[in-house]
Amino acid sequence: MSTGTGRPDEWPLWEIFIRARNGLDHKHCGSLHAPDAKAAMLSARDVFTRRQEGVSIWAVRAEHIHASDPEAKPEMFDPAEDKIYRHPTFYKLPKEVDNM
Amino acid sequence: MKDQHFTYLLRLADSPLILAQRLSDWCGHAPVLEEDLALSNIALDLIGQARLLLTHAGRVESRDRDEDQLAFLRVENEYRNLTLVELPNGDFGQTVMRNFLFSAYQVEMWKRLQTSTDTELAAIAAKSIKESTYHLGHAADWVVRLGDGTDESHQRMQAALDRLWPYTTELFDTDETDRAAASNGIGVDPSTLKPGWQNTVSQIIDEATLTQPPETSFVSSGKSGHHSEHMGHLLSELQYMQRTYPGSQW
Repeated sequence: MSTGTGRPDEWPLWEIFIRARNGLDHKHCGSLHAPDAKAAMLSARDVFTRRQEGVSIWAVRAEHIHASDPEAKPEMFDPAEDKIYRHPTFYKLPKEVDNM
Repeated sequence: MKDQHFTYLLRLADSPLILAQRLSDWCGHAPVLEEDLALSNIALDLIGQARLLLTHAGRVESRDRDEDQLAFLRVENEYRNLTLVELPNGDFGQTVMRNFLFSAYQVEMWKRLQTSTDTELAAIAAKSIKESTYHLGHAADWVVRLGDGTDESHQRMQAALDRLWPYTTELFDTDETDRAAASNGIGVDPSTLKPGWQNTVSQIIDEATLTQPPETSFVSSGKSGHHSEHMGHLLSELQYMQRTYPGSQW
């Protein structure tokens, strides 16, 4: 726990990722507060999988996620806009893999 | 024989029914949103167990009573739940302490009932053991967290254990109905569940730095239909809708 008092409003934030079925990837589904990883896992189960949403849970401390800066969007993402040649649509695929 | 089978099933059904009613009180009032959902989920699991068992009990009784009639329209001394589950919730610590003591008991019982000669009961046990195992994990986590927490939380958890402990004797009390159910393979003799339960309880109480209270000669008697003064108040809430609007559905 990052703070000493342990008050619920000071519990750290956790981001929760759920895998809906075997073979699929984990998807972000929300966040919750919990004092530690074990409690985060129990709470995630009760908050996010009560309607059979998942078969696997990842809990990650929100502070460990490094997010891109929304203000940096122009230089981060806009340059990809006119590079359509990066899509694999400009060459012929062998017939066997044509539906890739 | 049929009467004893029926009574045995009511005992299994009524404890989760009444504890679910108690836990439902926390909906909207738990200390944090996550626990609000957790306690409500547990209450819903317990209602699910009670529904299956009451439906089955109704068929065994063969007097055309369904789960709703059994859940809502019996009088107080016809309920066969353990007194432990009808006691008021107390604070959050006492609530999770009771969940701990009761779900540890349910886990031991479902383990054994999975091989019941009553195949319907065996199927209910196989489904319920997964739920109760989760309830036990959830409650044990809180007992350790709060018992081995601050001075205040430790003291509250010890007080909760002291308050509830005398009511655990009834969990292993065995009478004629239990013996009949055990002898024909339908049920288990509750006294044989004690070692497994005690093992789980001792381990968690130790981890939580709590002290197991001494045994007393007091034995509560809810399973025989003799309830505490809290039961009437609980039933008046539980039964209100069906008593006021008989047969209403939603």
